[in-house]
Amino acid sequence: MSAVESGCCAGPAEALNAVPTSSMPASVTPAQRDWSLYRWLAALAASLVAWFVVYHYLPVFAAWFTYDLLGLDPASRLGSSVAFFVYDAPKVLMLLVLVVYVVGIIRTFFSPATTRRMLAGRRESAGNVMAASLGIVTPFCSCSAVPLFIGFVTAGVPLGVTFSFLIAAPMVNEIALVLLYGLFGWEVALLYLTMGLLIAIVAGWVIGRLKVERLVEPWVYETMAGEVAEERPLFTERLRTGLDAVREIVGKVWPYVLAGIAVGAVIHGYVPENFMASVMGGGAWWSVPLAVLAGVPMYSNAAGIIPIVQALLEKGAALGTVLAFMMAVIALSFPEMVILRRVLTPKLIAVFVGVVATGILIVGYVFNLVV
Amino acid sequence: MNVKILGTGCANCKKLYAVVEEALVQTGIRAELTKVEDVQAIMGYGVMSTPALVIDETVVSAGKVPRVAEVSSWLATAAMKETGAV
Repeated sequence: MSAVESGCCAGPAEALNAVPTSSMPASVTPAQRDWSLYRWLAALAASLVAWFVVYHYLPVFAAWFTYDLLGLDPASRLGSSVAFFVYDAPKVLMLLVLVVYVVGIIRTFFSPATTRRMLAGRRESAGNVMAASLGIVTPFCSCSAVPLFIGFVTAGVPLGVTFSFLIAAPMVNEIALVLLYGLFGWEVALLYLTMGLLIAIVAGWVIGRLKVERLVEPWVYETMAGEVAEERPLFTERLRTGLDAVREIVGKVWPYVLAGIAVGAVIHGYVPENFMASVMGGGAWWSVPLAVLAGVPMYSNAAGIIPIVQALLEKGAALGTVLAFMMAVIALSFPEMVILRRVLTPKLIAVFVGVVATGILIVGYVFNLVV
Repeated sequence: MNVKILGTGCANCKKLYAVVEEALVQTGIRAELTKVEDVQAIMGYGVMSTPALVIDETVVSAGKVPRVAEVSSWLATAAMKETGAV
């Protein structure tokens, strides 16, 4: 399993410019500032138009490329595989660039510090809902999980609310949503978003009810967390941060996306229908727990796992089973538990895994029943 | 001048270290460059996402690997402050 961490630690989002950066000297006049903003907006508008034109003509281009230029037969296995890849690869990458850019800009408004301020002293329930939602837009990386955890609980964010955030942040992210939308359509993407949020909210709430504060390593509450003064970045600065995010994140995940789509293309053309139905179909009751068990030790992010999910789904695996597998891989990763072990006792880690895994199991079963 | 890199040892912390070294060479500024890996010490700076960069006990960046040019300008600003104070 690929051990990529998309944008990990390098989410170029937190604007903490205590001193002015080179591109924005302190002596900038308002007039200069406006000019550079207009230039940015003009460039953005032009790129956006170009994006939509290219996106609109992608199916035409893919058909022309595969059947006219390469002269492949649409009914052949090779033709069907190549057409799939030539259409899907640029489509998914284009969606990824657009969404990562927009989310990159949105994230400049939500640093972990602002999120903490919004959550501190919040009551449970409402706090769990807010924390899970903020988990989507706050830049987060699992290697920052420990400082973030300490920062939250020492500032008075309830333990259960902190967990809601820690569950939602890796599980519901823009890359997962784009890939799901691009490969399965908006219904599946929306389903994933809703279920991911629901698990984060309910699991965090349950952990809060269990009153497990004593299972946090005692030194955590004794840590004196400092405060950082934050400056509001200029709007052009935010627009630039979005580009940085595209360079960082898309630059890191594109090989996995392409490899995944290539595997998907081969399966699309060559593997027989319903190949997976016997193992991962909705009929077998043990398939959901098995999918969760298989998913936990795997360490991957959305970019690595979704193309595999696509392959499973297309060949007859049940949607609930596949969603459970994917959520277990992304939300319950062994390395993250090792990192969290520094602040949580093994007992609390077991509680955390148990509650989240139960949530994923329920989602898996419910979907297999409903869909 | 003292420059500290806060991080628990992830890949991007090493990247940031290299970027700062490069910026120090480019600007010709002499500074004491240290790594801070202890979580409690990191928390003392109020940083919640790593890697973070601290110049003369002021956090200038957190949760990202800034560009060499950015780091250079932060170093230059700090150097100006130092000479102004002396």
